[in-house]
Amino acid sequence: MKHPVGYNANPRIRWTEWLPWVLAVIVFFALPDYLSMGARVLTYILFALSLDLILGYAGIITLGHAAFFGMGAYVTGIISVKLGVTDPFLQLLASALAAGLLGLLTGAVIMRMHGLTQLMLTLAVAAVCLEIANKATHLTGGADGLAGVVVAPVLGMFKFDLYGKTAYWWCLGLLFVCWWLVRRMIYSPFGASLNGIRENRVRMEAIGAPVTARLVIVYTVSAVMAGLAGALLTQTNQVVGLNVLGFEPSGELMVMLILGGVGRLYGAFVGPIVFLVAQDYLAKQFPEYWFFGIGLLLVAVVLFARGGILGICDGLIAKVRGRS
Amino acid sequence: MSAVLQTAKLCKSFGALTVAANIDFALEPGARHALIGPNGAGKTTFVNLLTGRLEPTSGSVMLGGEDVSALSSAERVKRGLGRTFQINTLFGNMSVLDNVALGVAERRGGAAKWWKPASAYKEVRDEALELLASLGIADDAALRVLDLPYGKQRLVEIAIALGLRPKVLLLDEPAAGVPKDESERILDALGNLPKDIAILIIEHDMELVFRFAQRITVLVQGEVLCEGTPHEIEHDPRVREVYLGEAHV
Amino acid sequence: MEAFLSSLVSVAFHGVAFGMILYVISVGLSITMGLMGFTNLAHGVFAMAGGYVLVSALARFQMPFPLALLLSFVLVAAVSVVLERLLYSRLYGAAELEQVLFTIGLIFMSVAVARLIYGTLQQPVLLPDYLKGQFSLLGRDFPAYRVFLIGFSAAMIGALWFGIERTIWGAMVRAAVDNRAMAQSIGINTKRLFTITFAIGSGLAGLGGALGADIVAIQPTYPFEQLVYFLIVVSVGGLGSLRGPFVAALLIGITDTACKYWVPEFGAFFIYVATIGLLLWRPAGLFGRRA
Repeated sequence: MKHPVGYNANPRIRWTEWLPWVLAVIVFFALPDYLSMGARVLTYILFALSLDLILGYAGIITLGHAAFFGMGAYVTGIISVKLGVTDPFLQLLASALAAGLLGLLTGAVIMRMHGLTQLMLTLAVAAVCLEIANKATHLTGGADGLAGVVVAPVLGMFKFDLYGKTAYWWCLGLLFVCWWLVRRMIYSPFGASLNGIRENRVRMEAIGAPVTARLVIVYTVSAVMAGLAGALLTQTNQVVGLNVLGFEPSGELMVMLILGGVGRLYGAFVGPIVFLVAQDYLAKQFPEYWFFGIGLLLVAVVLFARGGILGICDGLIAKVRGRS
Repeated sequence: MSAVLQTAKLCKSFGALTVAANIDFALEPGARHALIGPNGAGKTTFVNLLTGRLEPTSGSVMLGGEDVSALSSAERVKRGLGRTFQINTLFGNMSVLDNVALGVAERRGGAAKWWKPASAYKEVRDEALELLASLGIADDAALRVLDLPYGKQRLVEIAIALGLRPKVLLLDEPAAGVPKDESERILDALGNLPKDIAILIIEHDMELVFRFAQRITVLVQGEVLCEGTPHEIEHDPRVREVYLGEAHV
Repeated sequence: MEAFLSSLVSVAFHGVAFGMILYVISVGLSITMGLMGFTNLAHGVFAMAGGYVLVSALARFQMPFPLALLLSFVLVAAVSVVLERLLYSRLYGAAELEQVLFTIGLIFMSVAVARLIYGTLQQPVLLPDYLKGQFSLLGRDFPAYRVFLIGFSAAMIGALWFGIERTIWGAMVRAAVDNRAMAQSIGINTKRLFTITFAIGSGLAGLGGALGADIVAIQPTYPFEQLVYFLIVVSVGGLGSLRGPFVAALLIGITDTACKYWVPEFGAFFIYVATIGLLLWRPAGLFGRRA
C-alpha cells in the first residue's frame, strides 16, 4: 500500500494527479451520449473515496457503509417528494447533515469496539436502516421506493436534463471539492495520525493519542461523503429505492475499491471506473456470469494481487525502473 | 526527595491467580533503577499496572504526587509517563522520522490539525530529527522502520518514548532480541539519556543492569523480594538463591 | 385469554424451531471463528448448499428423506474440505480485511452459481408423507415437521456437545480455542484439526440449511440475507463457545417469531436494536471470553 503521507512528504499536487480531471473534461466533450453513465461513475467514485477513508486509511472494516449512502439518497428523495424542497444545494446539505449525524452517533459507539463485535455492529446499523426503509412506507415508499424526485435547476440556470449535462458537471464539481478536502486531510498531521492508528493502534495509544475520538471524526467525515454520494444518485436518477441499502451495495463498493487498490487516494478513482464500465457491457449480456466474475475477481485479488490495479501498476513501474 | 513514581500496596489478581501482591515501590527523579526477577515474576504485569494497561485489584499508583490509578494510558502519558515495549511496537511501514514525529506532534498538541500539510510543521520535524541524532540514527530518518536492523529498531522504540518528553521512562527489556554486535549501541544510548528523566529498566541482561542501574528491585512471584544498590543485591544470599544463581555475573 | 395463551404457545414453539435451526447452522461458525480466528462470512453459503442438495435429492432423484439429509451433511462437508485446503488455508495468518473480502467474493460466486442452476425462486421442499400433517402433543396440534425438526436438532446438538466434551477431537478443539500457540507446542496437529473441524462445522451448516428449508427459504440470496442472523448468534453468544450461541439462537428465534407475529410492521427491527444494545452492554457476547 502506498501512503505518501507524513512529516517528510511533499504535499504538492503532482501533474499526474491532474490527469483524472483532464480526462473527465475530455469525456464531457468526446462522449456526449454517455454522460449519465459518467455521472454514475463520478457518484460511485465519491462513495468509494468515503469508504477508502475509513477502510484504507483508518483501517476499520465496515460492512454497512451503504447505510450512509442510503441515508443520503433517501433524505434527498424524501425532502423533495414529501416536503417539496427542490433546491439541489439544500438537498445536498440535508443529506450531508443526516448522514453525518448517523455517522457521528453510530461511530461514537462502534469505534470503541473491536473485532467481530465492531463488524457486527456496522452490519446491524445497516440492517436497521434497510428495515426502516422497508417498513416506513408512508415516508420511503417501502419496496416501491420514491419516484418523481424533483431537482430544481442549479443556481436557477442549469437544468437537470435527459442528456445528463448538468448532472455530469454537478457530480464532477462535488467530487472535485471532496477530493481536494480529503487530499488536504490525508497530508495533514491528522492524516499522519490516522496512518499511525491503522499501523499500530496500541502504539498510538501509548503516545497519548485519543484514538477513539480521531476514529469517530474520520467515521463521521466518511459518512458525510457517502451521504453526499447517495444524494447525487437520487438527484441524477430522480428516483430512490431499496437497492441503495443493505449488504449488496456495501459488498459491491468493496469490490470496486479493492479492484482499484485500498488505501490509495486514486484506487477509489480507478476501481469504480473499471467496475462500472465493465458492468455496463458485461452485466447486461450475462448477469449471472458477471456476478460470478466479480466474486472470482475479489478472491483472486485477495490471493494474488492485494494492491489492486494500482498495486499491479506500481509493480510494473518498479520493474521498468529496475531495468533502466 | 519526593518520588516521581510511586506505588502503594499494589495488587492484581485474575480470579484465584495473583500476579502482583502488595508492591510498594518508589522511583526518585533522575533515578536509574532496574527491576529484575526470574521469568514469570510479574515484571511486565507491573509495568502494565504502572502505565494503565491493566487496572489494579487494589492499591494505588502515584505519578508526580497525583493518584493516577483510575486514569487511562493516554492520560498517564500526558502526565509524563513514557514506556517502550518488550517487543517492538512500531509503525512498521512508516519512516523512522514519522514514527518519532507522531509522538512529538501529540505532545505539542497539533496532531489533529487537518488543513496544512504535516511537512509544514517544521518544529515537529526538527525536534524528531534532533531526537534521532541524539541516539545516533538521524541518517536513517527516511528509511522504512521495518527495513532497519533489529538493534536500530529498538532505538527507534526509545526515540518515540523520548519524543514525549517524559518525566518517567519505563524501558521494558530494551536489549531484548538485539544481537550481541548491536547491543553496544543500545548501552551507549541508555547512557546518554537525559539526566533529569527517572528511568526504570526491566532487564534480564545482567551486564546491562549492573552497568546502568544505581538501584535494583528484585521481584519474585509478584512480590518485592528486596531492594538496594547493585552491590547489596549482588551479595544478598536470597537473591543469589532465587535468581542470580541462574545467571553468570 | 385462551386465544392469547394459544398463540403464546404457538410462537414459543415456532420460535424454538427457528432457534434450533439457527444454532445448528451457526455453531460451526462460532467454533471455526474461535478456533481458527478466521472471519468466515461465507458460512451461509454452506447452509444454502445443504438446502439445495436436499431439495434436489428429493425432487429430482426421489431420494428417501433420511438419505437426502445425510447427503446434505456429507456433500457439503466434503466440498468444504476442498475449499479449506485449497483456498481458506492460504489466508489463515492474513489480516481480517483480506479474510472478509475473500469470503464476500465466495458469497458472490456461490449466489451466481445458485442462480444459474436453480433460478431465483424459492425452492419447494417435498417432505415425505410421514412428516407432513399435524402431531398431537399434550392436547395440542403442532406441525409434525417442526416437531421432528426440534427433536432431530436436539439430537444433533447433543451429539455435538458430547463430541466436544468427551472425545479427543473435542479436547483438542477446546485446547486450541483457548490457546492456539500452546496447543501447537504440545503437538496438536492444528492443520488437520482445522480441516476436520471446518468440515464438521460446515457439514452441520449444510444439515441445518436442509432441515430448516421449510422455515428459512432456500433461494440464491440466502447467504446475504441470513448473514446478519448467523453473525448475531455468534457475536451475542460469544466466539468459540458452545452454550452461548445456543442461548442466543433460541432468544433470537423466539423474539424474531414473536415480533413477526405480533408487530409485523416492525419486522426484524427489534432484533437488530436488541443486538446493538446487547453488544454494547457485553461486547464479548453473553458467554464470550474475549471481545
